[in-house]
Amino acid sequence: MSKTVKIKKGADIKLVGKAEKIYADYTPAFESVSIKPTDFHGVIPKVLAKPGTKVKAGTPLFYDKDNPKVKFCSPVSGEVSEIVRGEKRRILEFRIKVDGKNEYETFSVGDLSNLTGEQIKEIMLERGLWPFVIQRPFDVIANPDDEPKAIFISAFDSNPLAPDNDFILHGQAELFQLGIDLIAKLTKGKVHLNVSGNQKPDDVFLNTKNVQINKIYGPHPAGNVGVQIHHIDPINKGDIVWTLKPQDILTIARTFKEGKLDLSRVIAVCGSGIKKPRYYKTIAGVPVSEFLKDNLKTDREYRVVSGNPLTGEKVAEDNYLGFYHYQLTVIPEGNHYQFLGWLAPNFNKFSLNRTFFSWLMPNKEYDLDTNMNGEERAFVVTGEYEKVFPFDIYPVHLVKAAIIQDIEALENLGIYEVAPEDYALCEFACTSKIPSQKIIREGLDLVKKECA
Amino acid sequence: MKLFRNLLDKIKPNFEKGGKFEKLHPVYDAIETFLFVPNHTTPAKGAQIRDAIDLKRTMVTVIIAMIPAMLFGMWNVGYQHFKAIGEEADLLTNFLYGLKEVLPLIIVSYAAGLTVEFIFASINNHSVNEGFLVSGLLIPLILPIGVPLWMVAVATIFAVLIGKEVFGGTGMNILNVALTARAFLFFAYPSFMSGDKVWINTEGGQLVDGFSGATALGDAASKMPIDTFTQKYSMMESFIGTIPGSIGETSAAAILIGAFILLFTGIASWRVMLSVFAGGYVMAIIFNGFADVLPDNTLFQIPALQHLLIGGFLFGAVFMATDPVTAAQTDIGKYIYGFLVGLFAIMIRVFNPAYPEGMMLAILFMNVMAPLIDHYVIQANVKRRLKRAQVTA
Repeated sequence: MSKTVKIKKGADIKLVGKAEKIYADYTPAFESVSIKPTDFHGVIPKVLAKPGTKVKAGTPLFYDKDNPKVKFCSPVSGEVSEIVRGEKRRILEFRIKVDGKNEYETFSVGDLSNLTGEQIKEIMLERGLWPFVIQRPFDVIANPDDEPKAIFISAFDSNPLAPDNDFILHGQAELFQLGIDLIAKLTKGKVHLNVSGNQKPDDVFLNTKNVQINKIYGPHPAGNVGVQIHHIDPINKGDIVWTLKPQDILTIARTFKEGKLDLSRVIAVCGSGIKKPRYYKTIAGVPVSEFLKDNLKTDREYRVVSGNPLTGEKVAEDNYLGFYHYQLTVIPEGNHYQFLGWLAPNFNKFSLNRTFFSWLMPNKEYDLDTNMNGEERAFVVTGEYEKVFPFDIYPVHLVKAAIIQDIEALENLGIYEVAPEDYALCEFACTSKIPSQKIIREGLDLVKKECA
Repeated sequence: MKLFRNLLDKIKPNFEKGGKFEKLHPVYDAIETFLFVPNHTTPAKGAQIRDAIDLKRTMVTVIIAMIPAMLFGMWNVGYQHFKAIGEEADLLTNFLYGLKEVLPLIIVSYAAGLTVEFIFASINNHSVNEGFLVSGLLIPLILPIGVPLWMVAVATIFAVLIGKEVFGGTGMNILNVALTARAFLFFAYPSFMSGDKVWINTEGGQLVDGFSGATALGDAASKMPIDTFTQKYSMMESFIGTIPGSIGETSAAAILIGAFILLFTGIASWRVMLSVFAGGYVMAIIFNGFADVLPDNTLFQIPALQHLLIGGFLFGAVFMATDPVTAAQTDIGKYIYGFLVGLFAIMIRVFNPAYPEGMMLAILFMNVMAPLIDHYVIQANVKRRLKRAQVTA
C-alpha cells in the first residue's frame, strides 16, 4: 500500500551551476585514493593495513573498534602509502597509491536468490559494503546486530544542485532490482522506496518490485529520508530504521553479482566555480583535483565542497571526495567585507525572508558565496525554523535541549527522528547564525552514549 | 568606504587580544560590524551558504516600520500644542515643533541604553546585540511628551539593566524592554505618566477656552458621557490620530503602515498580531453587550472598533506584543498569547479606571505567562509522540 506525502514546509534553493545531464568525457588520471575514517561518524578505526601493505580492491583497511565486524575496504588496488593523522594521533585518512593493475579480492556467493538475510549481512560486513547502511536514530553506520523495523530509500535528492538519480540510474533496472531483493532480506519489515511527486520519476524506480513505493511532493527537504520516515512510519523510542541511497543499492548489487567489491559511482560536479558542470563516472575516494583540472574558474577565490552546499564539507583542492558524497560543489568563497551590507538592498542575495528582494524572482538561480552574512547571536527571531522543518517537532526547542544537554528533553522532543541534515535548511535560514547541524550532532552523540 | 575600512584595519590591533584597548573589543566590534558586514565565512562542515538575513537587517526593518508612527507623532506633538494655545500652524511648523520636542527624548533613550549595553558587553566580553536599536526608539514613542529627559534616562537604564542584561542580554529577557521602561515610569512617577497635564506641551501661550489635555482613555475613564465622547473623538480622528496620547501611539493609520511592513516582510508574527486584535475586539464586544449593567462606565460603551483605535492598543499590538523574544514561541502558543493580550488589555482598561492604559500591563503580564503557554503546547507535542509509540507497540 503506497503512501502519498505532501510536504508544505521547506524551500528549494536554486543555485547557478547545475550539472548538465551528460557524462563528462575524461580519462581518469588519479594516482592515489583516500578513505577518510572521519566520514564515518562515531567510528574509531583500528588499522588492518599498515603503510606499505599491498592491497587489492576490496582488501580491508580498517575496522570499527566498537563493532569489529564492520570493515572498510580499499576501492582500488595498490599500496597503502600513508596513514594521515591529526591531533592526538587521530587517524584522518588512509591513502592508497594506485598501481593500475585493477586487481580485486574476489569471492563467490553461489546462487544469489538462495542467500539468506544472515548470509547477505555477513558478506556485506566482510566485503566493505556495510558502511552504506545508515541507521536512524543517530545517523550512524547501522549496528548489524539490530533488527530494523523497515528500510528506507529516498530515490531523489532535493538538495541544491543535487545529482539527479533518475538520470544516473536510468536503464539499470535489473541491477537495481537485484540490489533491492538482497537488502529486502535484511529486514522483516518493509522496504520503502520514496520517489518524488514533483516530476515523473524514472521507470527504474516506478517498476521496482518487492518494495512499497511512496510519493513525496513538495520542496526540499522532501528528499531527506528523515522527513520521509517521519511522515510514513515514524521512529519511536527503541525503533530502528535503516536507510540506503539509490547508488548504494547498485554498488551492493554489482558487488554481489560479480563477486568483487566495485565502488564505482557517478557524481555530479557542479557549482558556479565549475566551467563545465557535468556528471562524472568515477570511484569512491578519488582526489577532487580529478574533476577540477582545467575545469575550475580562476576569476575569484572558490571553495571546493565535497557534498552539497547545505550539508557538505569544505575540502582542500588536493584532498579527496567524501565516502558518502555523490556531488562536488564549487562555490565562491565569501571572505569579503560589505559596507553597510545589512542596510543595502542586495538584489543579488538570496533570502527566505522578504526583507530582501529574492521573493520577486522565485525562479532566479543565485550565485551564493560562503559569507555568513552576519554574526552569531542568541536566538531572537522565532518561527523561522518551523517554516523549513517539515516535522511535527519543535525544532528550536530541540536545539536548545541539545545545547543544555538535557537528555530527557531531547528524547521527549524527538531527537530520535532527526539527523543533522534535517536541520540544514534551518541552519541556512537562521537569522542568529546558530550552527544547528553541529549542535544536533552533539545532541545525538550524547543521547547515543547515554541511552543506547 | 575604503577610507573607513583602512581606518578600521589600522586601529584593529589595539582592540584585539593583547592590544592596548583589549577590554573595549566589543565596542570596536559593534562599530566595525555596523559599518561592514564582516568577512566571516561558513565553517568547514555544515551549511556552506547562508541566508542573507541577519539580526541587524531584522532590527532595521522594525525601525523602518516605526518611522511612519514616529513622524506622525512628531507632527501631532506640534499640532496638539498649537491647537491648545489657539494658534494656527501649517504642517511644517507643527512638525518642526514636534521634532524639537521629540528628538531629545530619542537621543537620551539611545544614549542611556547603548551606554549600558556597551558597558555590559565589555564586562562580559560578548558582542553588542542589535536588540536595543528597536527598544531605543520604542521607549520615546510610548511616553507622553511632558516627561522630563532625566526620567527617560533613568527608566531606560533600569529597563536595559534589570529588564534585559541581568537575564543575559537580548534574546534572554522575559519582559519587553521598552514596556519595562514605561512601567517603571508609570509606577515610579505616576503624575508624569497619566492625568491631563502631560500629553500636550502647553508652554508659551494662552490656553484656549474649554481646553482639556486628557487623552481619549482619560476622558472615558473619568466618566465622560458616551455621546460627548464620540463627539469629541470621532472614529475618523481616532484612526488618523489627531488626538492627544503618547508620542507614537495615536495614529492608527501610521501604525498600520508599519504593521504592513512587518507582516509583509515576515519580521513580525501575523499570528500574534491578528490574535491580539481578535482578543481585544471580542472583549470589547462583550463589554458592549453589558453596557446597561454599569451605565456610568463610559468604557463599556465605546464601540469595539474604537477601543482598538484609541490608546496604546494598536501600537502595542503591532510593535510590542510581537517582540519575538518575549512573546510565545510556538505557533499555537502565539495565538493564545496574542488573544489573551488583547483580551486583558481591554479588560484592564474597562474595569480599572486608575490604569486606563491596559495594553502595557496586559503585554507585560502575558510576557510572564508566555513560557507557561509554550510549556503546555510543547507538552502536548511530547504526549502526542508518546501516544504514537504506544499505538504502534
